[in-house]
Amino acid sequence: MVEELLFFMEVLVGGLLAGTMYSLVALGFVLIFKASATFNFSQGAMVFFSVLAFVGFMQDFNIPFVLAFILAALLMVVVGLCTERFVLRPLMNASEDTVLMATIGLGYVLEGLAQAAWGVEVRRLDLGIGDFPVPWIADNLKLFISALDITAGLVAAIMIIGLFLLFKYTKIGLGLRAVADDAGAASSIGIPLKHIMLLVWSAAGVVALVAGCMWGARAGVQFALVDLALKALPVLIIGGFSSIPGAIIGGLIIGAVEKVLEVYIGPFFGGAIEGWAPYVLAIFFLLYRPEGLFGEKIIRRV
Amino acid sequence: MKPVFMTYTKKDLINLAVCMVLSVLVIPTFITTEYWYTSILIPWLCLALATIGQQIVMGYTGQLALGAAGFMAAGAFAMFNLILRVPDLGFVGSLIVSGLIAAAFGILFGLPSLKVRGIYLMVATLASQFFIIWMIDKFGWFKNYDSSGIITAQDIVILGKPFTTPLAMYFVCLAVTTVLTLLAMNMARGSTGRNWMAVRDMDIAAESMGVSLLRTKVQAFAISAFYCGVAGALFAFCYLKSLEPVAFDIKLSFKILFMCILGGLGTINGAFIGAAFILLFPVLLNAIGNNVFHGAIDATIISSIEQVIFGGLMIIFMIYEPLGMAKLWENIKQKWKTKIPSSTNLKSSLGKKT
Repeated sequence: MVEELLFFMEVLVGGLLAGTMYSLVALGFVLIFKASATFNFSQGAMVFFSVLAFVGFMQDFNIPFVLAFILAALLMVVVGLCTERFVLRPLMNASEDTVLMATIGLGYVLEGLAQAAWGVEVRRLDLGIGDFPVPWIADNLKLFISALDITAGLVAAIMIIGLFLLFKYTKIGLGLRAVADDAGAASSIGIPLKHIMLLVWSAAGVVALVAGCMWGARAGVQFALVDLALKALPVLIIGGFSSIPGAIIGGLIIGAVEKVLEVYIGPFFGGAIEGWAPYVLAIFFLLYRPEGLFGEKIIRRV
Repeated sequence: MKPVFMTYTKKDLINLAVCMVLSVLVIPTFITTEYWYTSILIPWLCLALATIGQQIVMGYTGQLALGAAGFMAAGAFAMFNLILRVPDLGFVGSLIVSGLIAAAFGILFGLPSLKVRGIYLMVATLASQFFIIWMIDKFGWFKNYDSSGIITAQDIVILGKPFTTPLAMYFVCLAVTTVLTLLAMNMARGSTGRNWMAVRDMDIAAESMGVSLLRTKVQAFAISAFYCGVAGALFAFCYLKSLEPVAFDIKLSFKILFMCILGGLGTINGAFIGAAFILLFPVLLNAIGNNVFHGAIDATIISSIEQVIFGGLMIIFMIYEPLGMAKLWENIKQKWKTKIPSSTNLKSSLGKKT
C-alpha cells in the first residue's frame, strides 16, 4: 500500500513539475494577451527560435554561456521590435481572428528563419543541470524527482512572482493593464502604445527563451518543440487567457493529469494518450467554464 | 419548387463548360508525363477538396477550426476498412460512407463550437486532430493489424473496371471533386450557405433572426468533415497509394489552413487557387534552386525559405487583403472590366473590429 502511494506521489509530483514547463510557455501567451488582447499563436515558434539561436551562438560561434544568453535575449527584443512594427501596427484595427491568423504566419516565418540559419538537426543543450533523480530526495523521501524538473519549477516560480509584481505594483504594469483594457483610450491619455507593445513582446521573447532552455535541456533543441509548445493552449484554456497564476495552475493541472492518466490508464490503450488528453481536458473546461479558472468572464457585445 | 440546380446563371454554365473542357479534354491531350498527374494534378484536386471543407467551416461559417487532416485520416482509414471488410459497397459507396464516418467525427468535435469561438475553438479542434490520429495508430483493428505501420492502399475498382493508371486516377479525382464542388457552390448560394454566412457575420443577430445556431454550426462541421473525409480517402488511394497516420499530422492541417486563407476565405474558387499555390510554389522554389543555383543551396534551406515565404505572405495578406488571392483575382477582373466594384459584406466583418 505504502509502495503504491509512494509511486502515485512520484507520478503526481513528476507531472506537476513537468507541468511547470508548459506553464513557462503559457506565460508568454498570457503576457501578450494581457497587454494587447492578441492571441499570439507564434509563441511556440518563439520558443524554438530563441533557444535555437542561443544554442547556435554557443556551439557555432563558441560564445560563452552567459553572453550567448544575453545575445539571444537581445535577438528576441529585435524580434519583438519587428513584430510590433511590421505585423501588429498595420493590424491595429483588425479583428481578433485576423490578428490570430497573422501570428500563425509569424510563427511560420520564425520557424523557417531559425531552420535556415541554424539547420534542422537536433542539438543538445547542456545547462549543467542533470535530468536525473536528485539523490538527496531519493534517499530521504523515496521519491525520484529530476533535478531539471525542480529547476524548471523554481524558475517558473521566480518568473511568476516577478511578473506579478511588475503588473501589480509598477507604473509600466499599470500602463500594460490600461492598454489591455482599451488600447484607444490608453493612448489618448498619453500611454505610449508603441513602447508598451515593444516591452511586452520583448518580455514574451525572453520568457520564450527561458522556456526553450528548459525544454531544450530535456528533449534536445529540435523542431518538435513547436508541437510541444502547442500544449500551452489547453493550459491557457484551463487557467484563463489573461491570468498569470492561471497559466501556472493550468500547467500544473495539465502536467499532473496527463502523467497520471498516462501511467494508470494509458497501458489499457497502448499508451501515448498524453498526446491528446490535455486537449480533451480543455474541451471539458470549455463546456463548463469557458473563461477558465482565473480568466475574466467572456462578455460579447451585440 | 424550383430544383436546386436551376440557380446557375448563364455565366456559371460557361465557366463550368470551360473548366470541364480544360480538365477533361485539354489536359489529358497535352500533358502526357506521369509526373504531372501523380505529383501535381491529383494532389491538387484532393487538397482543393479538403480546402473546400475547411472553407465551409472557416470561410463560410466563420468558425476557426484546425483539424482538417484529422478528418482526412478518418476518411482514409474508413475507406481502407470498408473496402477490406465490406467489399459489396464498391468504391463509390465506400467513398460516400467514409465521408459520412468523417462527418460523424465532425459533429462530435464540432459541438464545442456552440459554446466557444476563435482560438478556444481552435484548441477544441486540435483535440480532434490528435485524438483521431492516436486512435488509428493505437488500435490495430483500423490498420488490419499490420505491424509495418504503412499499409498499401487497395486498387481502385469501379464497376469491375480497375482504375490504376495515373490518368485513370486523375479522372476519378476529377469526377468526385467536380460533383462535390458543384454541390458546395449550390449549398453556399442557397439557404444553407446564407445561414452559414449569417452566423459568421454576427451569430447573435442571426439567432435572433431565427437561424438555429445549433443546426447551422453542427451542419457546417458535418459537411466540412464529409468533404475532408472524402478528400482524405482520395488523397490516400490516388496520391499516396498507402495509408499511414503520420501522413495526416498537424502539419497537413496547417497546410490546408494556409490554402484556405491565402486562397481566399469564403470562396470556393479560392480553395483551388490556394491549393495550387501551396502545392506549386515549393516545386517552383526547388526548380530555381536546382537550375539557377545548381543545387548549391541545401534542400532543407529551400524548404525553410518556403516556410518563411508562406508565413510572410500570410501576414501580408492579412494586412492588405484579408480575403486572399481569390479577391485579388476578382480585383484584377474588375479593373479589366472597369465596372462598379461589388461590395461584399465579408471584408467589413474580417477587416474591422466588431
